Amino acid sequence: MTRRQRYEAAQRRRSLIIAGTSTALVIAAIVIFVPMAPGWEKVQRSFFNGGVLADTFPKLLEAFKVNVMIFALCAPAIAILGLLIALARDAKSPAFFPLRIFGAAFTDVFRGVPVILTVYLIGFGIPGLGLPRPYNSPYIWGSLALILTYSAYVAEIFRSGIESVHNSQRSAALSLGLSERQVMRDVILPQAVRNVVPSQMNMLIALQKDVSLLSFIGPVEIFRQAGVFKSLTANFTPYVGAAIIFLIVTIPATRYADYLMAKQRKARS
Amino acid sequence: MSRILSLSAMSLALMSTTAFAGGHCAAGKTLTEGTLTIATGNPAYYPWVIDDAPESGQGFEAAVAYAVAAEMGFAADDVTWVRTSFDEAIQPGAKSFDVNIQQYSITAARDEMVDFSTPYYTAPMAVLVGPGAVDTAATLDALRDLKWGVMGSTTALPKIEIVIQPTDDPLIYSDNADVNAAMSANQIDAALFDLPTALFLSAVMIEGSKVVGQFAPDMTDNPDQFGMLMEEGSSLKACVDEALAAITENGTLAAIEATWLQDTTGVPLIK
Repeated sequence: MTRRQRYEAAQRRRSLIIAGTSTALVIAAIVIFVPMAPGWEKVQRSFFNGGVLADTFPKLLEAFKVNVMIFALCAPAIAILGLLIALARDAKSPAFFPLRIFGAAFTDVFRGVPVILTVYLIGFGIPGLGLPRPYNSPYIWGSLALILTYSAYVAEIFRSGIESVHNSQRSAALSLGLSERQVMRDVILPQAVRNVVPSQMNMLIALQKDVSLLSFIGPVEIFRQAGVFKSLTANFTPYVGAAIIFLIVTIPATRYADYLMAKQRKARS
Repeated sequence: MSRILSLSAMSLALMSTTAFAGGHCAAGKTLTEGTLTIATGNPAYYPWVIDDAPESGQGFEAAVAYAVAAEMGFAADDVTWVRTSFDEAIQPGAKSFDVNIQQYSITAARDEMVDFSTPYYTAPMAVLVGPGAVDTAATLDALRDLKWGVMGSTTALPKIEIVIQPTDDPLIYSDNADVNAAMSANQIDAALFDLPTALFLSAVMIEGSKVVGQFAPDMTDNPDQFGMLMEEGSSLKACVDEALAAITENGTLAAIEATWLQDTTGVPLIK
């Protein structure tokens, strides 16, 4: 071992010890000082009540299936619609001008309106026009509201991906005799989509949580189920239970998105 | 230091008791001395509070609140109103009210977290059906096949699940307005409310709807009794209970009920 290596190893050991000590101190401070707060016992009874958690957790897990189902139906539809909108906004031919206008208006409107308002308007409004059952189900129209809103965001991300592919590639492909459609499908999109995968992962995580907004128009998913238990027991612990279930799903997804981004950064540098 | 504090507290208590008639029960137990702070919903609904203005004393709960306050020795001017949601009422920590009155059903589970007064009203549960289902018979069998909707923050949900046991899972909403919207959109056939609320919704809010029946109190093992909500361990509970007992005894409570709550015997019982 050279002198420099020895020095660096010592430095690493030193920073490890400092990091470990400071983390331990912070955790100890939380564990020791928070319970010393005068209201801690009440907070504990209201938010971290073991008995209530044990009673409600299995039913919360059951209700989470509804979230997963709605999510699984919405995600592919969002990906497809989002891509179509992005392509519409990117259409080059003057004949497609109405399409471009439509794409721009769509993203402006659905990105600008709060999701919950869209859910209310579409979830109660369209069935209110007089659709027969089961076509007036809040599950269908609530999901559509999510699909429209998220497509607008996803379309913008796809568009930024498309623009990230340098124009020279388009020109080069055209000069090789590829048609506009082939250029988009075989040259630009494969790169564009790959470039935006990490950003789209973040949208998936956000969608995962926003599925809960459908609870406002009737579906009994995990957030609503937790709310019901909250009012029956006058205790907030069921919300904490729901948060735990969400974290079990979103933490691995977030880590994976971070990993993808780090990989992409490395590949670029 | 603590001696000085307790001395000054004692002298304060002495000073304040002299301000009231002798034996005043709530002295030193309210948020602001000499004032009773009462919370209600935002908005507060008919017929519990008329025109969302509890200060007027109009409406069943507003009138009960003023009667209880008077019994406890507070003049009408000494009553202040605040608004809270259900969540604010049950959150741990300092409360913004002395008592909270907004159709809180007393249950054992809730009683572990907050204090309730003795009940001031026993509410029969009633079935409200939308325009598409007004011909439904008032029998459990007929009700079972309807699509149910219910407010998630009430005790109506367990009642639907235990007593009616519908074939389809009920849909759940945050407030009356959303139940109304779902009923207008024909997403649900029926909803369960306390009878006065159901009568109000059917008469004013939801066009073409109808109250098809009410549940006899013995049909549910736990009849819906409304109590005033107070902080867990509230020292005021004894005074409020005493006042409620007094106004029940002297007939004030029954008179208020007769004034503000419609005669409900016309609604058929569900068999």
